[in-house]
Amino acid sequence: MATTQSRTLARIMLFPSVILLLAWMIVPLCMTLYFSFLDYNLLIPGNNDFVGFLNYEFFLTDPAFIESFFNTLWLVGGVLLITICGGIGLAILLDQAIWGRNYVRIMVLAPFFVMPTVSALVWKNMFMNPVNGLFAHFANWLGFAPVDFFAQIPLLSIIIIVSWQWLPFAALILLTAIQSLDREQLEAADLDGAGPFSKFYYIVLPHLSRAITAVILIETIFLLSIFAEILVTTSGGPGYASTNITYLIYTQSLLQFDVGGGSAGGIVAVIIANIVAIFLMRLIGKNLED
Amino acid sequence: MGSITLKQVTKSFGDVNVIKPLDLEIKDGEFIVFVGPSGCGKSTLLRMIAGLEDTSSGNIEIDGNDATKTPPAKRGLAMVFQSYALYPHMSVRNNIAFPLKRAKVAPAEIEAKIASAAKILNLGDYLDRKPGQLSGGQRQRVAIGRAIVRQPSAFLFDEPLSNLDASLRVNMRLEISELHKSLATTMIYVTHDQVEAMTMADRIAVFNGGVIEQVGTPMELYRNPVNRFVAGFIGSPKMNFIDVKPVDGDPTRSIGVRPEHLKVTQEQGLWTGKVGVIEHLGSETFLHVHVDGVGTLTIKDDGECPLQYGDQVNLTASQNKIMHFDKEGVTLASLSWGDNAVVAQ
Ligand SMILES: Nc1ncnc2c1ncn2[C@@H]1O[C@H](COP(=O)(O)OP(=O)(O)O)[C@@H](O)[C@H]1O
Ligand SMILES: [Mg+2]
Repeated sequence: MATTQSRTLARIMLFPSVILLLAWMIVPLCMTLYFSFLDYNLLIPGNNDFVGFLNYEFFLTDPAFIESFFNTLWLVGGVLLITICGGIGLAILLDQAIWGRNYVRIMVLAPFFVMPTVSALVWKNMFMNPVNGLFAHFANWLGFAPVDFFAQIPLLSIIIIVSWQWLPFAALILLTAIQSLDREQLEAADLDGAGPFSKFYYIVLPHLSRAITAVILIETIFLLSIFAEILVTTSGGPGYASTNITYLIYTQSLLQFDVGGGSAGGIVAVIIANIVAIFLMRLIGKNLED
Repeated sequence: MGSITLKQVTKSFGDVNVIKPLDLEIKDGEFIVFVGPSGCGKSTLLRMIAGLEDTSSGNIEIDGNDATKTPPAKRGLAMVFQSYALYPHMSVRNNIAFPLKRAKVAPAEIEAKIASAAKILNLGDYLDRKPGQLSGGQRQRVAIGRAIVRQPSAFLFDEPLSNLDASLRVNMRLEISELHKSLATTMIYVTHDQVEAMTMADRIAVFNGGVIEQVGTPMELYRNPVNRFVAGFIGSPKMNFIDVKPVDGDPTRSIGVRPEHLKVTQEQGLWTGKVGVIEHLGSETFLHVHVDGVGTLTIKDDGECPLQYGDQVNLTASQNKIMHFDKEGVTLASLSWGDNAVVAQ
């Protein structure tokens, strides 16, 4: 493996697929970049003049942008918090020797296989509907006024739905990590007089740090581009209360047929994603080393 | 204080009986070694003493108090695991401090105890490293350090040297023995290696299939093994066993003679055979001699052995070095042997 010759050969062999992957990424990116500098609206056919940074100016100064930017952060942060905490709890529960453990594990994983649109619809109509939803019935039964989830707490409702989808993923990754913990360490801690809390805090949690990092990084990538759940439930509303960047770009480019403005938004989203990625890698990426 | 008494202790995993009813008294300050082939229940018994495994029936007493149901941390015992079980995310210092912090010892006292453990075990240079940055021998020392700072009434070791290479094992063996002499604390040491057992133990308990075959000092076991199993397990190379034809009035069914007690002789010996493989170790030589109708006998000769592969040799052993076993493998006292006891085939 390690001779100069074999390394050169390996590079040559890799070359075609690297080029293919690079083109796959670069071409759309360059096209988006190109469109973002044009006055390009499908409703106004013209000669698509070059307008410089005008599209960016419109996108960034739009009051909806700031709101959707923070919505995006809230959405990502909230879902991460719920899935990591809940995932650790579930993983610890699933690690116990309970009867029918294998079946329970498969059941827990099920939400991950449900399509986002479907699960959002199920939540919207079965649980969160202010008239017929189970939560409304439950509130009525307790004597409270039912909550109109998507009108009163739209962003939180979406956070709950998305967390439900991603909880199994986090729990599964963390469960495998817990199972790789050397039991003798826990026994040594037992002998050393550590109670359940000390064992969790000093031994289990540090052991999980790498898996938690992986879950945060992977989930962040997907959560930055949440779309279907918003489209199906609130359509970004009321107002812009549950619009994230991805959804804002959609309303710009597809609802207003403004290719130029949408492209500028796309580029802004790419930049934001990269900033978040760099920030995360700085913050927790060192856990993945060694 | 650190005397431990096991009374009719048993352990079953489901239907499988791993420890048969077992009695053992471990005296305060004693270095006792549990030795036996792997899978015979040594670790299980040690873990029961530590409290990591429930006792199915019987009692475990520590210093005269029934501790059968006491949780591990309350038993005042410290264990050194085969995998060392160091906490990988903590520095060596924090690993050693962990039990003290859990016991809410004052920080100044913790520092003093770490310093003294570091001195005893030569840990000074790597107190701030993580376990992953240490060699096997150093990790072993840290694990021992974590055990000694608690000042337990007894130490439990589960095959602590089996992950080390041969020369390091010899060193650590000496260090642990040295530690026992200086601390004078009870130590229970589990191993499958009879050399470790012989060299370190005050007393050895030989395990086989969940029962203790014999307990005694190393030399007692070497000189007077109660049965064929103990005779074969203690001593290296292994004792030679020869089946003999039943003779009226003599219950002997097999005899055993240790390689070091077999001699090559010019005169007519007890057996005649052809030399097979010769292993020269410098200070001594192991000869594997094929004897017709008996099998291969191992002989421990001195270093300068002139014999060659294929040589014809006569072998002999003095009568009082030959052990007799009955058909259950129990060692027979010399009174019960017949006259023709030794003559094979
Ligand atoms: N948790 C367990 N469940 C079922 N069987 C076990 C368990 N632990 C040990 N055993 C069995 O008990 C026997 C003794 O094991 P162990 O005490 O580890 O042997 P040793 O340490 O002497 O090699 C083995 O046959 C092993 O398979
Ligand atoms: Mg064992």
